[in-house]
Amino acid sequence: MNRRESLKTLVIGSLASSLVLEGCLPKEKEIIYENVWKYKYGRTPEELERDLKLLNQVFFSKEELNTIRVLANLIVPPTNEGNIDQAEVPEFIEFIVKDTPSFQGVLRDGLKWLDKTSTENFGKDFVSCSEIEQKNILDKVAFATRKKNKEEAFFSTIRNLVITGYFSSEVGIKDLGYKGNQPNVWDGVPEDILKEHGFSYKKDWNYKFLDPLKRNDIAEWDENGNLIT
Amino acid sequence: MQIIENEKKYDVVIVGSGAGGGMATKILTDNGLTVALMEAGPFFDPADQDQQLHLKWPYESPRRGKGSTRAFGDFHASYGDWEVDGEPYEMKGDTKFNWWRSRMLGGRTNHWGRISLRFGPNDFKRKSIDGLGDNWPINYEDVKPYYDKVDKLIGITGTKENIYNEPDGFFLPPAKPRLHELYYKKGAEKAGVKVIPSRLSILTKRISNERGVCYYCGNCGRSCGVYADFSASSCLVFPAQRNAQGRLDLYVNSMVREVSVDKYGKANGVIYINKDDNSEYRINAKVVVLAASACESARILLNSKSSYHKNGLGNSSNMVGKYLHDSTGTNNMAFIPDLMNRKTYNEDGMGNMHLYTPWWLDNKKLDFPRGYHIEIGGGLGAPMYGFGFDFNSLNKFFGLQVGGYGDRVRDEVKKYYGSTIFFASRGESVPNENNYCEIDPEKKDKYGIPILRFNYKWSDYERKQAKHANETINQIVDNIGGHMLWQNKGPDHGLLTPGEIIHEVGTTRMGSNPKTSVVNEYEQLHDAKNVFVVDGGPFVSQADKNPTWTILALSWRTSEYIVDQLKKQNI
Ligand SMILES: Cc1cc2nc3c(=O)[nH]c(=O)nc-3n(C[C@H](O)[C@H](O)[C@H](O)COP(=O)(O)OP(=O)(O)OC[C@H]3O[C@@H](n4cnc5c(N)ncnc54)[C@H](O)[C@@H]3O)c2cc1C
Ligand code: SF4
Repeated sequence: MNRRESLKTLVIGSLASSLVLEGCLPKEKEIIYENVWKYKYGRTPEELERDLKLLNQVFFSKEELNTIRVLANLIVPPTNEGNIDQAEVPEFIEFIVKDTPSFQGVLRDGLKWLDKTSTENFGKDFVSCSEIEQKNILDKVAFATRKKNKEEAFFSTIRNLVITGYFSSEVGIKDLGYKGNQPNVWDGVPEDILKEHGFSYKKDWNYKFLDPLKRNDIAEWDENGNLIT
Repeated sequence: MQIIENEKKYDVVIVGSGAGGGMATKILTDNGLTVALMEAGPFFDPADQDQQLHLKWPYESPRRGKGSTRAFGDFHASYGDWEVDGEPYEMKGDTKFNWWRSRMLGGRTNHWGRISLRFGPNDFKRKSIDGLGDNWPINYEDVKPYYDKVDKLIGITGTKENIYNEPDGFFLPPAKPRLHELYYKKGAEKAGVKVIPSRLSILTKRISNERGVCYYCGNCGRSCGVYADFSASSCLVFPAQRNAQGRLDLYVNSMVREVSVDKYGKANGVIYINKDDNSEYRINAKVVVLAASACESARILLNSKSSYHKNGLGNSSNMVGKYLHDSTGTNNMAFIPDLMNRKTYNEDGMGNMHLYTPWWLDNKKLDFPRGYHIEIGGGLGAPMYGFGFDFNSLNKFFGLQVGGYGDRVRDEVKKYYGSTIFFASRGESVPNENNYCEIDPEKKDKYGIPILRFNYKWSDYERKQAKHANETINQIVDNIGGHMLWQNKGPDHGLLTPGEIIHEVGTTRMGSNPKTSVVNEYEQLHDAKNVFVVDGGPFVSQADKNPTWTILALSWRTSEYIVDQLKKQNI
């Protein structure tokens, strides 16, 4: 069995013991494996096993996850560039609290507090409030600076997770304008930007920087270490 | 437990496949010897699509790259970090040491920073300069030919600078600096601080048809899938395998416990635990080369006790484990308002900074004896887990409101994207006999091998150096109108915990006197002529440079010596 197959056996083996795959035929399990398992990025067998276990657990209730979604949309409102659901922010938060259990108490208590406060102030749970009412609650905890009380700490935590979740997603990365992670030919900062900042490679440096056109010529040196190709 | 004998007799058994072990494997097999390479971790090939980490997107990780199982992030090409499952280590009293281990083919060279600095003439003779520590028994001229060969075989960027203690080599062209690096240069030069293009083992130009050319994804820490950066696996072990025509046997998942000796006390191989079946095996070889990393090689020697070597092999001097030293380090970070509201473009570049500051001052005029260099980070990097935390905290520098939510989030995140610079000073500490690792009297790891216990403290030499580094960086930041995000304060001035710079060396130090050193100038044990150590262990002093280029050069030199000594039947 090659490595790929043995990983697959491991994945299917561990999925099989979960509810998701109870009663499935081996072939169906393979298909489900291909579909649900999108996170293939150089895991060791131990890490893969850990992730599968987490992916097969449920932490937040449907209601809690819905509150998270509503909250996330207030923190990063949808635009044409992207929205919370496209960025899979609720899924990310569901995963991260299982991955890093220290988040669990803070977030669960915080979500309870949101509903409690909205019921006290507006007689309904947080998601049923109007946007103005919701913001009225958030404004009480969103501007803490130094020492934070429990509710402020909750909001700061969920805000961090929502923002990081949004910008590290496919739509968020585009929205931010990050252009890398693809084969590139680096030839320095674009001229116009360089100029704007008052720099110039020609003026400030007397080096021969790499020549993108000669990158595939095999390097040779003279005996003094001067590159001659 | 019964030890299973392997009938085959090798010329050489090498323990560990990182920088030192990889190089020894290449040179020894190229010279026709039969070699067993022992590696505690699994096989690793950065080009294998199941193991590959580079060119992955943050969202391909369900935790968006958070380092939950890997200390330096989910995509970091390291199997192991400060902790390795079932393999603990201890610290003595209130001392601290952080020990980074990576268990995989290629070891730490899969994810190292590729900063490849030769030592200079002064770095081998520090005692002659400041009276502290010891001189190496060799000098720059002894190692220079090997540095040259390493440059050509592996590839390194750089520029001719004619700085006495930063010798030039055979360089590939440097890459143009990124925007924040240009700001750094501006601020540094105003402060009288030298800045030169980086010396990185990354191929900005092709050096052979076996390896690709860098395409600037900025992520060498993930190990390059086209082999354009140096990893011992892809650049040394694989080529050795191709060349060796069956003379190289690679044993992975094989944890070496000790060097075995015959009835006359002469080393004759190693004993290892096969992780797959938990049994103990023995490999027979004429020569043993240890390259398991400085502390791990010391551990193996100390655990190799026999009636001839009661104190552990090579330890008649009691020096094994002593003089452990790491580079010093401080971390600083600054916000540069001129870098706000940036137009974005692909700024990934090479997998590390494009320029840096080598040590530029004379310690005779300072209140501390050894120097440091400055590495920097920043730019328009990929947003991973942690990006956007406290998204507008930099507002405080303008007296603007911090916190909130809604439309401002997008605006303020973009406003500050790429506006900070990170500074890492990395310096030379003064080696000290009282900093050491030893065998813990009681504890064992999950293989039943006695574990290490560390004892390490910084002195005022290092503290004063750290203070100087902080002051320098403050001045540079000031010169470009920036704001420090924190201030490293006394008594330690932000000096990082020993071990944290991951340049630990010195545990089997080199010298001509067998009473005060463990190996001779060829990294050969004074007490056992057919045992060699080719990792950072033999370093007499760690320069204000990173150690790996010197580990590689010395391992090459030692390997040639082994070939020669075997030919002459001296070992
Ligand atoms: C994040 C990071 C960044 C770094 N950046 C730089 C840099 O920019 N420049 C620089 O010069 N250095 C850098 N270093 C340090 C550099 O990685 C090390 O100096 C170098 O790898 C040490 O080589 P080594 O020969 O000791 O082997 P290592 O690379 O440490 O490998 C040792 C090998 O031995 C194996 N092994 C250990 N114990 C046993 C055993 N008992 N039996 C069998 N096998 C065993 C291990 O599994 C491992 O594969 C960095 C390190 C890290 C972690
Ligand atoms: S930066 Fe270049 S050498 Fe490093 S991993 Fe990317 S392509 Fe490879």
